[in-house]
Amino acid sequence: MSEALPRPADDAAEELPEYPLPRSARCPLAPAPAVRELRARHPVTKVRIWNGSTPWLVTRHADQRALLPDPRVSDDDLDPGFPHVNAHRAMIAPVTPRLITNTDAPEHTRLRRTVNGPFLVKRIERMRAPVQRIVDDLIDTMLAGPRPVDLLTAFALPVPSLVIAELLGVPYEDHDFFQRSSSLVLDGAAAPEEARRVSGELAAYLDDLIKRKTDDPGEDVLSEMAGRVRDGEMSHTEAVHMGVAMLIAGHETTATMIGLGTLALFEHPDQLALLRETDDPKLIANAVDELLRYLTIVQTGVRRVAKEDIEIGSVVVRKGEGIVFDLHAANWDPEAFPEAERLDLTRPARTHQAFGHGPHQCLGQNLARLELQVAYGTLYRRIPTLRAAAPIEDLSFDRTGTTYGVHSLPVTW
Amino acid sequence: MTTTRVELDEPKCVASGQCVLAAPEVFDQRDDDGVAVLLEEYPGEELLHDARAAEAVCPAAAIRLVER
Ligand code: HEM
Ligand code: HEM
Ligand code: SF4
Repeated sequence: MSEALPRPADDAAEELPEYPLPRSARCPLAPAPAVRELRARHPVTKVRIWNGSTPWLVTRHADQRALLPDPRVSDDDLDPGFPHVNAHRAMIAPVTPRLITNTDAPEHTRLRRTVNGPFLVKRIERMRAPVQRIVDDLIDTMLAGPRPVDLLTAFALPVPSLVIAELLGVPYEDHDFFQRSSSLVLDGAAAPEEARRVSGELAAYLDDLIKRKTDDPGEDVLSEMAGRVRDGEMSHTEAVHMGVAMLIAGHETTATMIGLGTLALFEHPDQLALLRETDDPKLIANAVDELLRYLTIVQTGVRRVAKEDIEIGSVVVRKGEGIVFDLHAANWDPEAFPEAERLDLTRPARTHQAFGHGPHQCLGQNLARLELQVAYGTLYRRIPTLRAAAPIEDLSFDRTGTTYGVHSLPVTW
Repeated sequence: MTTTRVELDEPKCVASGQCVLAAPEVFDQRDDDGVAVLLEEYPGEELLHDARAAEAVCPAAAIRLVER
C-alpha cells in the first residue's frame, strides 16, 4: 500500500504545519486559530498530514469555489497522491468499488444520476409531513419521560435514523443495528479491522434487503435501485454500496447538526428566541443554512488530487499532488461572510460550503435541510424552556470522527 | 436596456436541484434523472434576483447569466 507510506521529506517539508491544525485549548468548537493566519497570508499552502505526505491546503471561500468544480481536480482515491483522511480510509480504498464518492465525470455523473431520483427537490418536499410526524412523536415521548434527558439519544440520533430508514425502506426493527454500525464505521478512532468487519455486516444486510425488494418493491430508494439493477442500469454491488454510503453519510451528520446546533443556540439566547418565536418558513430555512455555515461539521474531510498542473493565485499545484479543502476556513472567510465568527440567523448564508462544492456536493443536502428545518423549527417552539442540564464545561467533544460533534447533551425544561 | 440571458450547461449539471430551490420559476428538474431544465431563458426584472442566486449556489458551475 504505497499511498500509506511517507514520502521522502525534503528540507522545506520539515517545517510544514501539521494538518488538521491544533485547536484552541480553551474552546472545544472554535475553528483552529492558525487557520485564520493561513487564510490571510498563505491561502494555498502545503501542509503535512498523518502519513507524512504533504498536500496543498486551500482555505479561502473563493479559491474553493473555483477549484472544487474544476475537472482537473479529482476524487480518485486510488491515485498515489490522494491525501486520505486517515489510515482506515487509505486501507479500504483499494477494496472499495468505484462509487459516486470516488469517481470523476463522466463516470461520476452516470452513477449520481442513477441514485438521485429520491433526492429531487419535489420528492424531498413530499417527505415533509412524514418528517414532521417523526419529530412530533419523538418530542411527545420526550415530554412524557423523565428529565433531564440526553438530547442526542432522545432526539438528535433517532430523527435521521428514522428518516433514512423511511427513505431507504429499512424495516424499523433493524434500527438499533444500523445506528450502532454506522457510528462505528464513521469513528476514526475505531480499529480498522473492526470498522471493516462492521461495514461488511452492513453491506451483507443491505445486499439481502435489496434482493428482497427486487421481488417485493415498495416506494423507497432501495426498491428504486433494485429496479435499476434489474434493468441493467447499475450493478447489484453498486446498489449495495450506495445504500451503505447513504446510510452512513446521512445519519451522524444530521444528528451532529441537531445536537451542536442546539448547543450553539443555548450559547446565543437571542438567536434561540428568534427560532422559538417564529413560524416563518423562510427564516427557519435561513437559520438552518446559517447554523450549517457556523458549525461546518465536516471540517477537514474534503480531499482531492490534481490530475493536471493547476495554477491558483501565485502557486502551481502539480499533477499528482493532493489537495485538502478546509470547509470551515471557507465558511468563516470574512471576504465571503462579514463578521463570520458571529452567529446571525438572519444573514444571507446560502453560499456556505458546509455541504462541499462541485459535483460531489452533498447528495443528501435537500433532505438534511428538511430534517433540520423541521427539527429546529419544532423543538424549541414546542419546548420553550428547553435548556442545558449540565455545565457546558463538562461536555465531551468528538475530535476523531469524520464529523465534529458533542458526545451527549443533557437537557431539561 | 440590457437583457439577461440564462445559459445552462447541461452536461455539467449534477442534478443537485439547488437552482430549483433558489429560482423555482426559472428552473425545474427532469423527473427521471434530476437534470435541470430551463423554464425562463430570459427572466424578467422580477426573476433576475432569483436567477442570480441560482447561479451563485450551483455547485457545478453549470449556470451562467449573460448580459446582452
Ligand atoms: C447536515 C448534514 C450533512 C452534512 C453537513 C453533509 C456534508 C457533506 C459533504 C461536505 C459532502 C461532500 C464530500 C466531498 O466533497 O468530498 C457530502 C457528500 C455526500 N453526502 Fe452529505 N452531508 C449531510 C447529510 C447527508 C444526508 C442526509 C445524506 C443522504 C441521505 C448524505 C449523503 C451524501 C452522499 C451520498 C455524498 C457523496 C456525494 C458525492 O460524492 O457525489 N449527506 N456530504
Ligand atoms: C456550538 C458551540 C460553540 C461554538 C461554535 C464556539 C465557538 C467559539 C469561537 C468562535 C470562539 C472564539 C475563538 C477565537 O477567538 O479564536 C470561542 C471561544 C471560546 N469558547 Fe467556544 N464555542 C462553542 C462552545 C463552547 C463550549 C461548550 C465551551 C466550554 C467548554 C466553550 C469555551 C470557550 C472559551 C473558554 C473561549 C475563549 C477562548 C480563548 O479566548 O482562548 N465554547 N468559541
Ligand atoms: S444547481 Fe446546477 S447542478 Fe444543481 S440542478 Fe441546477 S444546474 Fe444542475
